[in-house]
Amino acid sequence: MARYLFRRLATGILLVLLATTLAFLLASFTMHPRDNYLARNPPIPESSIDQKLDEINQNDKTPVLQRYATWAGGIVRGDFGVNVEGKSINEIMGRRVGVTLRLLFIGSIVGAVFGVLLGVWGALRQYGYSDRLITVFSFFMLATPVFFIAVLLKYGALQLNQFTGRQILYYTGETSVGITGSTWTLLVDRVQHLILPTLAIALGEMALYSRYQRSAMLDVLGSDYLRTAQAKGLTRRKTFYKHGLRTALIPMTIWFAFSFGTLIVGATFTEVIFSWPGMGAWFIDSVRKQDINVVAATTLFTAVLVLFSTFLADVFRAILDPRVRTG
Amino acid sequence: MALEPLLPEQVLHDPTSDPIEEGEATEALSRGQLVWRRFRRNRAGMAGIAMLGFLFFLAFVGPHLTHWTYEDIDPNAFLKPPSLTHWFGTNQIGQDVFAQTMRGLQKSLVIGLLVGVLSTSIAAVVGATAGYFGGWVENVNLFTISLMLVLPDFLIIAIISPRLHDASWLWFVLLLAIFQWTLTALVIHSLTLSLKQREFISAARFMGVPSRTIIGRHLLPNMASFLIIDATITVGAAVLLETGLSYFGFGIQPPDVSLGTLIADGTASAITFPWLFLFAGGFLVITVLAVSVIGDALRDAIDPQSKTRSS
Repeated sequence: MARYLFRRLATGILLVLLATTLAFLLASFTMHPRDNYLARNPPIPESSIDQKLDEINQNDKTPVLQRYATWAGGIVRGDFGVNVEGKSINEIMGRRVGVTLRLLFIGSIVGAVFGVLLGVWGALRQYGYSDRLITVFSFFMLATPVFFIAVLLKYGALQLNQFTGRQILYYTGETSVGITGSTWTLLVDRVQHLILPTLAIALGEMALYSRYQRSAMLDVLGSDYLRTAQAKGLTRRKTFYKHGLRTALIPMTIWFAFSFGTLIVGATFTEVIFSWPGMGAWFIDSVRKQDINVVAATTLFTAVLVLFSTFLADVFRAILDPRVRTG
Repeated sequence: MALEPLLPEQVLHDPTSDPIEEGEATEALSRGQLVWRRFRRNRAGMAGIAMLGFLFFLAFVGPHLTHWTYEDIDPNAFLKPPSLTHWFGTNQIGQDVFAQTMRGLQKSLVIGLLVGVLSTSIAAVVGATAGYFGGWVENVNLFTISLMLVLPDFLIIAIISPRLHDASWLWFVLLLAIFQWTLTALVIHSLTLSLKQREFISAARFMGVPSRTIIGRHLLPNMASFLIIDATITVGAAVLLETGLSYFGFGIQPPDVSLGTLIADGTASAITFPWLFLFAGGFLVITVLAVSVIGDALRDAIDPQSKTRSS
């Protein structure tokens, strides 16, 4: 077991390094940080542009491999370098990582829990009205991109606020600027800011999980061992939830791993639209500013998260499936 | 391997065990006829086909129904709500939203179809060669796949996008296709592994049929059902990815429009002028919905034992 885990960790680290390297090299070919200085008025002399670009290790006159070596040397020491404005990436990242992780954490839990519940509910009432309603809801949600959901939520929130005449839901930022008060006021303020972005990423997840959970549950419900369990005298409820649901959850772990990349991209849209200062919004911003170092740093963060999610999926599977644990 | 492939039994279906439904056996129908017959019975699937047909019709004929083109500017109408002259209203600089939406729909549909076909083809080649040849080819292909799974497609295309500003939109199509095939390739890989064991493949090998022909003529046609279904699903995914990238300005570049750029342009003033983004968004949802319903119906028709049959 230890050897297996070690091998997975080693492959994981290798994949992250390769992915980040790829992102750095790709960005070095497609982006020209020099453009940021060329359009200035009055024009900046070329020598001082070169000097500035050298300081941030993004000068296109230096060979790519040399820049890569400098950058990689920093990464090994845990230093991500500086952004185009010359500020330390480590410092900014420290602030932004938390924002994104919180959004992803709450969003994926809400999405997974409600998705699974909807799926189970639908499977137990197959072809009933509620089942059909859930099916239609999930088909629509799966066809709606996150950015459109987010814009619609924003629009809906505004209507609600106007209708009630009070600011119930906020749609910009993570907290109100300069808010003071008791812990309770601060908490309520955070929740008011949190609801819409969480919904924006969780609704799609919910739809996805409810579809898969429903079909997995239906498979299990038709199986012989469940009939046997009922024949032995267990109650319907007990067989469904203790024996049925547990087995039907196993395939979900795989979908969790595969859908996590989509979830991260969804969080990126959400952060931009609701102006949350997270990693995703930073990535979009850095592509627009042609900031190679930040692009590489955000890519590394994404790669680590994706790999961590596959690891987490394995852990869940081991918990649910005794064959995996002992096998 | 960091990631596990999809469970092969979820998609693998043995063509020889295709159940022959009662009454149909005696008529000796071809497989295509059988599939079509089952598909026709699926009301949602037929509605999806009709919807998609209507969208295509609208996207290509619609622009001729109004005398505005997507670039025209009406100096007498800024931000006007829908009316008889401008069916979907006008935007900040007086462009006709209907003409723009039709143009965007056209772009998004064409891109989705092209990417669906291209990316499934790439997946077929990578997955089938990995499974068929084994050895280092398999290792290289599978490692590439796990590397690409670590990097979300959106991220890579966004990184390349600064180069897209002056390029033709066909490059964008190519990029979308290049980065969307990974999951499909994993499934095709496991399908190939189990098909490889079958007698007809061994027979072909012993007769000296070249590998390229075996893959093209014997392996891939045997997964045709999966490939068709997957291409359909990829069309929907491609439309979503394309509009997402275009939303941030990483995809289709102005003055050209796609549904994504239209929604993005409308978002800024979405609160007061909802017609700027609601029409484009509505068409986007309907398009993806139609495609995914068709994909589901196809799966049920081609593979009656499939798990989504119950839906």
